[in-house]
Parts: sequence; C-alpha cells; structure tokens
Amino acid sequence: MNFLENLPLATKKFILDLVEWVCGWFCSKLGIQLPGWVMPALLTLVSILIVIVALIAVFMVMFALMSVFERKILARMQNRYGPNRVGFFRWRLCGLFQPVADGIKMLTKEDIVPRGADKIVHFLAPIVMVAPALILPVILPYGRGMVPIELSSGILFFFALGAGTELAVFMAGWSSNNKYSVMGAMRAIAQMISYELPLVMSAVVVALVAGTLSPNGIVEAQGGLSFGFLPNWFVFTPWGFVACLLFYIGALAESNRSPFDLPEGESELVAGHLTEYSGFKYAIFFMAEYVGMFAINGLLVTLFLGGYQAPFAFLDFIPSWCWFFGKLAFLAFTMVWVRATMPRFRIDQMMQFAWKLMLPMSFAALISAATWYYTGRGLLGWALSILIVGVPYLILGYFCFTRRHTADNRRYLFSE
Amino acid sequence: MMNFPGSGILKGMVVTARNMIGSYFDRAHAKRLITEQYPEERPTLPEASRSFPFLVFDGQDPEAGMRCVACKICEKECPPQCIFIEQDRDANGKLLRRPKIFDIDISVCMGCQICVESCPFESIRMDNIYEMSSCDRFGSLVIHKGQLLKSNEYYRSINPTEAAETDARIEAARIKKAAAAKVAAEKVAAARAAAAAKAAAEQAAQPPSEPEQPAP
Repeated sequence: MNFLENLPLATKKFILDLVEWVCGWFCSKLGIQLPGWVMPALLTLVSILIVIVALIAVFMVMFALMSVFERKILARMQNRYGPNRVGFFRWRLCGLFQPVADGIKMLTKEDIVPRGADKIVHFLAPIVMVAPALILPVILPYGRGMVPIELSSGILFFFALGAGTELAVFMAGWSSNNKYSVMGAMRAIAQMISYELPLVMSAVVVALVAGTLSPNGIVEAQGGLSFGFLPNWFVFTPWGFVACLLFYIGALAESNRSPFDLPEGESELVAGHLTEYSGFKYAIFFMAEYVGMFAINGLLVTLFLGGYQAPFAFLDFIPSWCWFFGKLAFLAFTMVWVRATMPRFRIDQMMQFAWKLMLPMSFAALISAATWYYTGRGLLGWALSILIVGVPYLILGYFCFTRRHTADNRRYLFSE
Repeated sequence: MMNFPGSGILKGMVVTARNMIGSYFDRAHAKRLITEQYPEERPTLPEASRSFPFLVFDGQDPEAGMRCVACKICEKECPPQCIFIEQDRDANGKLLRRPKIFDIDISVCMGCQICVESCPFESIRMDNIYEMSSCDRFGSLVIHKGQLLKSNEYYRSINPTEAAETDARIEAARIKKAAAAKVAAEKVAAARAAAAAKAAAEQAAQPPSEPEQPAP
C-alpha cells in the first residue's frame, strides 16, 4: 500500500511538475528567458497554494459531513431517524446532501445587522473567529512527512493562536448591543479562560515527557511498543490517560460543545453571542466552531493517540494519514456521543469543575509524568504514577464533588 | 457496576450507546424508531378519527341515492356556519326533497361533528382524509356537492362500527315504515271492505224496486 501512503505527496509533486512543465513550455513558445529566481519562487507559491486549498477543502468537507452525521448520530441515540430526505434529485442518499441544503439556506438568508450594533466590530467578529480556526490545523502532522508547516514549537503556536477565539466571541457579544449576547460572551470568556489552563497544562505534560514542542517530534516519541504489547501512545500510560481526559474535557469546553455549551445555552440565553447574527455570518461562526473542534481534536490525536501511527506494526499497510483521520473521526464521534449523553452544566458547576478538579488533576498528572519519566518507565514508575494521579482523584471525587455540596436535600412543602 | 467518582458519566454513555446500536439492529422492537416516514408510511387511523364532513349516498348513482333531503338542519346548527344549502326545484318551480347546492367551506369548518349529530336522515358523516392542502386560499377550500358525496361503502370502509349502526338504524326504520304502511294498507283495505259490506247489506235490506217515475 505504498501507493496510497504516498498519494497526497505524490499528487502535490505531480501538480508542481505540471506547473513547471507548462511554464517552461509557454516560455519556450514565446521565446522568453526567465530570470533564474522566478521558477523556484513560483513553485513555492504554488506549493503553498496547494497546501492551503487542500487544507481548506478537507476541513470544509469534514465540517459538512460532521454537521449531517452529528445530527444523524444524535437522532439515533434518541431513537429517531435524523435528516434522511435531502438527496440528489430522486436519490435520497440517506440525507447526505443536507449540508448543501443548509448552506444554500444560510447563503440566501438576509444578513441583519441591528441598528444599535457597532457595525465594524459586528462585521469583523466572524472573520476574527474563523481566521485562527483555519490557521490552527497547519501545524498538525497528518501523515508521515505530511506537515503543512513544520514548526519546532508548534504546540505553543497552536495555543497562542487558539486564544484568539475568545477575543472574537467577545467582539461578537459586545458589538451586537444585546444583553443576551453580552451575557453569552462573558460566560464564554469565563469558560474559555478557565479551561485554557488545564488544557495547556495537560499539553505541557506531554511536552515534558517527549522533550519537544514540535508536533512531529511528539508523534515520533510515541512509536514502538512497551512491555511488548502496549503501543507507546501516551494515552496508554497512567499520567497520559489522565492528561488525555483533561485535554478532551478542555477541548469540549474550548469548542463550546455540550455539556459546556453555556455561552450559547438556548434555554437561558437566546443563542449567546450568536443571537444577533444571521445568514452567512452565522454560518461562518459555526464553521469556525467546527473547524476549531477538528483542530483541537487533531492536536489531541497528535499529543496522546500516537498521531498518524498505527497501533501495531502489522497494521502499517493502512496509510498513515488514514490513521490520523480515523482517530480524528473517532474523537468527533465521541464528542457527539457526549453531547447526546450529558445535560448542560450550571455556570457555578462549570467553574467549580475547572478550578477544583481539572486544575489540581493536571498538576497531579504533571508530577506523575515526571515520576514515570525519571523512574525509567518501568513497573515501579507505573505503580507510582498511578498512585500519584489516583489518590488526588479519589480524594477530590469523594470529598469535593460529593452530593453534600449540591442542593439535593431540598424539601418539598406541598408536593409530597 | 462499581461506584467511583465519574462512574455515572460512564453509565450514561453506555445507555446512549445502547440506544444508538439498538436503533440500527433491533428494529422489530416497537419502542425504537417509532417515527413514521410519512409519505411512504401511512398511519392506520383509528375509526373515530375525523376531519371534515361528507355526504353519504346509497347504491351506485350519487344523485339518485343521496340521503340528504335539504332540510337545512345542519346548516342552521353549524356553529361556524360553514355549510350552505340550496334546495332543488323541478321544472314547474316546485321544491324537491334534495339539495341543488351543498357547499362546505373547510377553511371555516372546525370538525365539531354537530352536523352529523343533528342530521335526522343519517346523511352527513365525518370523513378522515387529511391531505387537503391546496395552492388556493378560497376556491378549492370550498367543497361542493359532487366532491362531498361519497358512497356508503366508503363510509363502511373508514368507520365500520358506526356505519353498521347507521345501516341497522336505517334498516329498522325501513322495516317499521313498511310495517306501518302494511297496517295502514290493511286498515284501508278493511275499511274499504267494511264499506263494501255495509253497502251490500243495505242493498240486501232494500230490495231493488223500480224507481217510481213521477207522473208527468
């Protein structure tokens, strides 16, 4: 399966060769002698364009598929059918063309800007939201040798850029001149800043063990097997498991997905910071949210799930980029699964959860990882690291998050 | 299952996963996927379901078998006044016992069934059709006599129980009427016979004699 493995890179090389050949042919036809620097510059430009187009195309298609599959999976979990009508002329194709219909609807809707809105900021907010979301995926290694931009501190770049989302959300909320928008935006800020911390802390744990901030280096560090049967992915270590869960929960919160969808909780705030948006701007917000979700899931795959690597050597016949996108699809599915399962947090529960459980646990994971690393990754290290993450978890679980602290001893005066 | 912090979340996840897998594989289970895929799957309506009234006719010919006699009781009883009836006349202008026009405006009709309950001739009944949308707000929402007339067989097919009751009632009324007619006929015959007998007796008592001719 070497052919499939090399398919993306080979396609890129083919296009570059084609461009070079066509340019050379035209120049020879017209009898022009190009300066020596033109051709390499042109090829670099074309190469950049290919990567941009490929990334945007892949993520747009994934966004479209996700929007329909999310609804279908959610429906199945609630014993419904979900969208199954929109097809191509008379072929229904299980409703696979739903995103096309949604897109046409969104594009043809009127774009309403409230009279009292700050028009410039209102216009800029979706752009500020979508730009980082589309830049984020460039640092991820999609396959062997398939990193759009090889950054030695890619993880840092990811978090630095990802923090721009908060600004966009607050711009949207503030400029709408609507109390629900501002409340939603303030909740979003509170939530994102609270969860940024455990998110970054759990990434720091991985950086500590892998000894690098480059995504590709982290993936390489997860190759091979430990104890002869366990893939060396970081999720299969005690500290890595905890950090992975923390990162996953943080990712849910960062991408405003249920159960952390308080900023746009439709039962309390109309639609949070999206209240005053309509038409294409609304669609852009959603696109940014979904692409951001894919990006952060891709980072989770890179950090904890071994990136593009197959779990065992005999599974190497499946191309590496298939492994990456397969893991990504699995994570996206679990996000829908979580959404179907859990109710929304209350705002105080959400803050408590971040500061009282996730932050201490991320510190525990850090200490555990250090112990695991310096005791030589053996059985002793395993035992110690399990102890170091397990004991705080049980203490926090039994003493800080028991029912005593919730209002369940409510007395009903009349109904009983 | 063990109880540890966070185990409730896992239990919940198991429940949703089981529902998802179950929705694909135990399709026979009546509790899953109860959604009816409407244009392909039609609901089997219960007998008592009703939408708008229709007129019942007996036999094959709608005009000849029409039960309605244009008594206009339903028109008067109808709370939203959606029925309009005009009685038919023959060539001489004499009123006939059948409607010339019978219109129901279903944009006004509220399906209360009062017309059905007030009809003394078992003529108007509730239909259960529900696909009555039209592109026109006025014309096609007024249903005329030709569309309203539906056979008794159709009524039996949508609501067998009530149709049987109605048929039995009509049959009983017919038998009663026939019996009454027979009694009346017998009475008439008896009276006629008695009259004949009396006349005969009188004739017998008075022997026929030549009427006396008055002398000129």
